Amino acid sequence: MTPFLSLSRVIDSISTFMGRATMWLILATTLISAGNAIVRKAFDMSSNGLLEIQWYLFAAVFMLGAGYGFLKNSHVRIDFISTRLTDRARNWVDVFGIVFVLFPFCVLMIILSWPVFMGAYNNGEMSQNAGGLIRWPAYLLVPVGFALLMMQGVSELIKRIAFLRGLIEDPIGGEAAKSDDQKQMEALEKVAAARLVGDK
Amino acid sequence: MQETFLAQQFVPLMFAGLFMLLLTGFPVAFGLAAVGLAFGFIGMEAGLFPANLFQALPSRIFGIMQNDTLLAIPFFTFMGIVLERSGMAEDLLETVGQVFGPLRGGLAIAVILVGALLAATTGVVAAAVISMGLISLPIMLRYGYSRVIATGTITASGTLAQAIPPSLVLIVLADQLGRSVGDMYAGALVPGLLLVALYILFIVVVAFVKPAMVPPLPPEARIYKEANGASGHRSLLVLVVLCAMAGFAWSRVHNAVLTPMLNRTLPAPGDEIVILSMTLASLLGLSLAIINRVTRMGLLSKLAEQVTFVLMPPLILIFLVLGTIFLGVATPTEGGAMGALGALILALGKRRINMSLLKQALENTAKLASFVLFILIGSTVFSFTFNAADGHIWVEHLFKGVPGGAWGFLIVVNILVFILGCFIDFFEIAFIIIPLLAPVAEKILPGLVPGMTADDAMIWFGVIIAMNLQTSFLTPPFGFALFYLRSVAAKFAYKDRITGATIPAVTTAEIYKGSIAFICLQLIMVAAVMIFPSLVTGGIEKVELLNKDQIMEQLQIPKSEEDIKQEAEDAKAAASAGTDAKPAEGKDDDPMKAVMEAAEKDQKK
Repeated sequence: MTPFLSLSRVIDSISTFMGRATMWLILATTLISAGNAIVRKAFDMSSNGLLEIQWYLFAAVFMLGAGYGFLKNSHVRIDFISTRLTDRARNWVDVFGIVFVLFPFCVLMIILSWPVFMGAYNNGEMSQNAGGLIRWPAYLLVPVGFALLMMQGVSELIKRIAFLRGLIEDPIGGEAAKSDDQKQMEALEKVAAARLVGDK
Repeated sequence: MQETFLAQQFVPLMFAGLFMLLLTGFPVAFGLAAVGLAFGFIGMEAGLFPANLFQALPSRIFGIMQNDTLLAIPFFTFMGIVLERSGMAEDLLETVGQVFGPLRGGLAIAVILVGALLAATTGVVAAAVISMGLISLPIMLRYGYSRVIATGTITASGTLAQAIPPSLVLIVLADQLGRSVGDMYAGALVPGLLLVALYILFIVVVAFVKPAMVPPLPPEARIYKEANGASGHRSLLVLVVLCAMAGFAWSRVHNAVLTPMLNRTLPAPGDEIVILSMTLASLLGLSLAIINRVTRMGLLSKLAEQVTFVLMPPLILIFLVLGTIFLGVATPTEGGAMGALGALILALGKRRINMSLLKQALENTAKLASFVLFILIGSTVFSFTFNAADGHIWVEHLFKGVPGGAWGFLIVVNILVFILGCFIDFFEIAFIIIPLLAPVAEKILPGLVPGMTADDAMIWFGVIIAMNLQTSFLTPPFGFALFYLRSVAAKFAYKDRITGATIPAVTTAEIYKGSIAFICLQLIMVAAVMIFPSLVTGGIEKVELLNKDQIMEQLQIPKSEEDIKQEAEDAKAAASAGTDAKPAEGKDDDPMKAVMEAAEKDQKK
């Protein structure tokens, strides 16, 4: 199991790197969009390239960040039943989910979207708008995004199984897998408690 | 035999599959997609669908990537998180609390107003509830507020984020209903503000009927006192009246000034005038306060100055964002981007943002965007199979059995959304339930209200749903607003730092009870919007009516060459004069004339 767990750690760090890197694209696309809007109104000029790069960048954020989101458990779950299950049961749900739900979804999306990318790459497809961008980088985001998501799925699967075999702490219930909201809320609970207790 | 059963019950089986899978707690986005794929393959095996069913799937995903409307989601989220992290809520609560605190029920009104302002700027329910729970709740409890009123006000004000533009729900609903976000914002503005008014009215009634439940702040709790002991309210009042007058004056001349400037052919709609007048009034207030501070004239009280400096920047930001969207100067997406930029500038100006906060804001935005867009991708896959199986016909059929026709449909849908809202998140409702209902609504609703266009009907439908979804944050047992307040409210009895009195813990039952009155108020508002569709369509329809009038007028009154030349010159003068008020005032007498001139100027081009 140890080599698997090291693999899982490697995947986690790749996903973290991707997530942390792509989030800056949000700042970039914000600045481009605001700048473009101001320039368009002030000088009455605009470029389709600048409009298109905005959604290229945003698409990169959510496609390439999906794996990181899975690592951070930020993909929303309907949890009013699962919170009542035992830790083991919840991990079993994820094992089945990753194998029978996530993997087939990712594989199919990769299979379906790869030829589209290859086609656009080979014939150099361009945007139909004047001054638009070349299309293959946008098409490439889909298979790559789903590949990253699937890779993170492998890592999560390893962690779930390792937990079920008693090798590591609960990856869902533990500190590591808490969503940011949960962490922030716990931090705030401490602040609130400290404020209220005061000098008690 | 088995195959016919499958063919007949395909859609209900799909729903059953989805229901089971989502209840296990596996991420919604993946569950949706997997059910769509699995049933797609079952259908292909059974010969119900063509074998190349999923061939078009990639192009649908690219469609989501290219969607300009959805691009507004990260912008508004980023703007909200930056403003939240820059401590805006805390500043607002303390200052506005000081303004209204000395009145009975004043603290609760301050919470409602700040909630509304946070709704329009940050749009994050969690943030609003948590800051109000941390700052306002202890103060309210200290001075003897009824716990039920205090907790209810806080949770309900926090959820205003859902209904007041620019909210994410409205963006998502506009996208799913295939209508423009700008119209959706315009439609939601009046009902949202009415809901705020309704909350305040409720507190006022409580203040008169049961004054003990909402006591005023005692004099010793007022922070911004003058040297001579005065509260400084008079000075604030003078400033407010002054700004209000300036805003009102602008609203009178708005059409005369802007119509020629923007080369418009139509007078401006009401919401645009309101927003721009308020922007100018706020700007005036801020500049007066700055002048007062810089020249040390001491004309304003401490309170008035503090209020202006805290309140005006976010207010101006939000007016500018909504204003440019309503003016049509910017698309909602551009408005969101400029709002985010403005929020960054504000936060930098206050020195409240640093590298680690910026990273946090970006990371949270990226994660939210990723999960929201993946739910959309998942629901797209689901709807692929669902539509192939003629699911929308099945849904339509389902509603045929509902008595009461269109009204019956509307009422059943609202009950359904309300109940689902008790258990699941609004993103899931918006992405899973709304696409199923939208085609039915599009068929049934336009005939319901005489004179309503199909577009207006869908905006109306969207606003009703948005108002209804708001209650989902308040309904026990899974209302998020209740959770957030629970997490920051005192779990044990504590000794108050100022009065030294022991204050008992806030119980979960109190928080639940507090929400009941406000859930009723929200449902009243949902009903009001249903009964009076003009609350929503008012702003949108006016434009179209004037449009027709104007065309009629242009057709009926042909003008001589001379007239046209003369008036075009007038219009040019007015436009080039810009800030010079004289020509503008002259035209104020006859707004229609100004309109005609602008129209003719257009024609000459």
